[in-house]
Amino acid sequence: MVDLALRLDDVCRAFGGLQAVDRVTLTVRPGERRALIGPNGAGKTTLFNLIAGAMPLSSGRIALFGRDVTHAPAHQRAAFGLARTFQITNLFPDLSVLENCLLAVQAHSPVRFSMLRPVGRYPALLERARTALQRLELEKLGPAVVRNLSHGEQRQLEIALALAGEPRVLLLDEPTAGLSPAESRLMAGLLRRLDPAITVLMIEHDMDIALELSDMVTVLHYGRVIADGPREQVKADPQVREIYLGA
Amino acid sequence: MSAEFWIAQSFNGLSYGALLFLLASGLSLIFGVMRIVNLAHGSYFMLGGYVGLTVALRTQSFALACLAGAVAIGLVGMGMERFFLRRLRGETLGQVLMTIGFALIFQDLALLIWGGDPYTVPIPKLLTGTMRLGGAVFPIFRIFIVAVAVVVGLALWLAMDRTRVGAMIRAAVDDAEMAGGVGINVPRVSLFVFGLGAALAALGGVIGGGFLGVYPGADFEVLPYAFVVVIVGGLGSLPGAVAGSLLVGLLDNFGKALFPELSYFTLFAPMAIILAIRPTGLFGRV
Amino acid sequence: MIARRALLAAVVIVVLALIGPWLPAYPLTVLTQALIVAILAMSLDVLLGYTGLSSLGHAAYFGVGAYVVAIMTTEHQMGLLACLAAGVALATVTAAVFGLFAIRATGTYFLMITLALGMVIWGLAYRWVSLTKGDNGIAGIPRPTLFGLELGGPVPFYYFCLVCAALAWALMGLLVISPFGLGLRGIRGSEGRMQALGYNVWLHKYTAFVLSGVFGGFSGTLWAYYNGFVSPNDVQLVTSVETLLMVALGGSGTLIGPALGAGVIVFLKNFVSVYTKRWLLILGGVYIGVILFAPSGIVGALRGRRR
Repeated sequence: MVDLALRLDDVCRAFGGLQAVDRVTLTVRPGERRALIGPNGAGKTTLFNLIAGAMPLSSGRIALFGRDVTHAPAHQRAAFGLARTFQITNLFPDLSVLENCLLAVQAHSPVRFSMLRPVGRYPALLERARTALQRLELEKLGPAVVRNLSHGEQRQLEIALALAGEPRVLLLDEPTAGLSPAESRLMAGLLRRLDPAITVLMIEHDMDIALELSDMVTVLHYGRVIADGPREQVKADPQVREIYLGA
Repeated sequence: MSAEFWIAQSFNGLSYGALLFLLASGLSLIFGVMRIVNLAHGSYFMLGGYVGLTVALRTQSFALACLAGAVAIGLVGMGMERFFLRRLRGETLGQVLMTIGFALIFQDLALLIWGGDPYTVPIPKLLTGTMRLGGAVFPIFRIFIVAVAVVVGLALWLAMDRTRVGAMIRAAVDDAEMAGGVGINVPRVSLFVFGLGAALAALGGVIGGGFLGVYPGADFEVLPYAFVVVIVGGLGSLPGAVAGSLLVGLLDNFGKALFPELSYFTLFAPMAIILAIRPTGLFGRV
Repeated sequence: MIARRALLAAVVIVVLALIGPWLPAYPLTVLTQALIVAILAMSLDVLLGYTGLSSLGHAAYFGVGAYVVAIMTTEHQMGLLACLAAGVALATVTAAVFGLFAIRATGTYFLMITLALGMVIWGLAYRWVSLTKGDNGIAGIPRPTLFGLELGGPVPFYYFCLVCAALAWALMGLLVISPFGLGLRGIRGSEGRMQALGYNVWLHKYTAFVLSGVFGGFSGTLWAYYNGFVSPNDVQLVTSVETLLMVALGGSGTLIGPALGAGVIVFLKNFVSVYTKRWLLILGGVYIGVILFAPSGIVGALRGRRR
């Protein structure tokens, strides 16, 4: 029996009286492409924060490849193979694109504690960073300072950083947020070409892209899972249709 | 250690805590609304004391000294906010550095104007002497300090809870952006709070000047106390300022009485313990 | 860009080495003082400019280093290397302990906690009279000898401090361009992102805090030898505040900026005190001027950058 890539059991998160995430149970198989959709305020980003460890659970369990990470801090989950992007771009604004990538690449290496040799003297590291940039066609922007990049380029770098650590599970939080239709198409193309071995969980508002890039879909509404299953099945679910056509 | 010792020290701690409350409540409020740490807050305390001293000597009126000190320094505080700090909206380090600059200027100006000798603010005959309560003897002036702090504390609480201005301040503390969105003039609230905080600190300085004295260096000496109160009590919280002031006042007093060589240590250890358990302080939510 | 800065610093060091014997006594001692304080300023820059942690208690480590040397030389007649080692070691321990409490906090709380912790050291210096002689301070610290070489005269001591400053700059310089240093700059940019990438941010911040205390303590040990006299004034809040200004004035996050800032403040202080006692007033004015008109400091202004 293959370990599930990601398993959530009755995960809850309350803010005072508000139940932002309400008994969410999810099973995600390795290599799966799953879209997490739902109206605004449904609790999608909160759920991501819980999975990534940016926020503690109120109750429930989370397991990553069979390993219980419910109480593990965010950086430890990253070490276990979890990577995420942020809905609001969260890069290192004053560093160059290459330096941003270097940070992502050295994160899992003991090199990150090296204090007496310049970063430039680690050719393997530089090579991995450049490869990570190439994957998203950003290598020409290497020396550019992130602050000066366009929004689209920054969104691409978001993904490059998440991929640079060779993750096994990737959480994408609205990868096309703020992108023009043309840029969104490009992004969708990039995402389609992701390594099929990576398990991808994606929050996406653009329904076409969400459904196009995923095999499985989970629908959240007021913090609760109201539909969960293969894409076509969820698309046809009457409750889901009501929420999206009625909303 | 006799019962008299404990009672006397507790009361001293209480009265010192009362003084600290005047100082720290202003600091906490300022942070609550503007999210900056005002390093000139000790300067307000000291300058208030000096202004009160001069007014008391000229007019023989302690009440007038208190009023003058509070108003004058309140205006200074508002001036600082309106013409300097406001220019750096959002840049917290810049604002903090700027308050440091002012603190240095104030310290030197005070030295220039009032000289290097320590003074005591003359207090009215009514408040001198001691009172017997139970078996113990209490200085009347210290009872007065506690009374002032209680009145101020109640007034602040009522104002925050019952008045429109108070509601606006609470809204701005909670979420400045949202408060602006519903039509509250947040810059004006900031200005008012800054002035109020400065005035409270200055009042503390005048009153403190009556038993601690007014002297150069009082600003930087009292500043860490204000900070420890606010760290322990929690930034932006009035009940926190009360709890923190009491705790710090008592700890400092007992520390000085029992372990004079390690007095700052006795202050630091509880602060460290509280931080270890609750990094945002007893009542902090920020 | 890093190579250019390193070259500039190397040139400065060479120039300083060459002019040593030709300077008259007074400017030479002021320059020596500037070198010692530059180490302190650079150590704070590692914490502030690179890791993004603003500390108002940095004088604590300076003070611990200075007092250790003072006590060990006047009471126990210990040699230079032993005193330097002990001073730095104790400053490191202090930073290690203080860091456990301070690093839990962020932003404003961190500022206030470091201020309070700095005051703890001041309080100890002031009140632990049996150890530190309190307000009177400890006088009569002799100039050191190294392997029989007398470092007492102004010129030999100047060279000694120049070597120390160059060494400190080199070590801190390597630190900030290393992978660890890049990590610190990442933390300054976005702690959340660093966590998500897999960095134990607490550990990195704590390490930076302790390292910054190491060099701060080193600066303090040299100061004791330089000044011959150590008192609670060396550990007071104003010292931490001045150090912060040096970093802001020179340009945080550049290492040589704060070193330059230290030089400017030390020279200004010594120059100004000849004409007026209003040093604090001027310092305050400089503070406000820098914040309003040159927020990126000297180095930033030279690069034509307005942050």
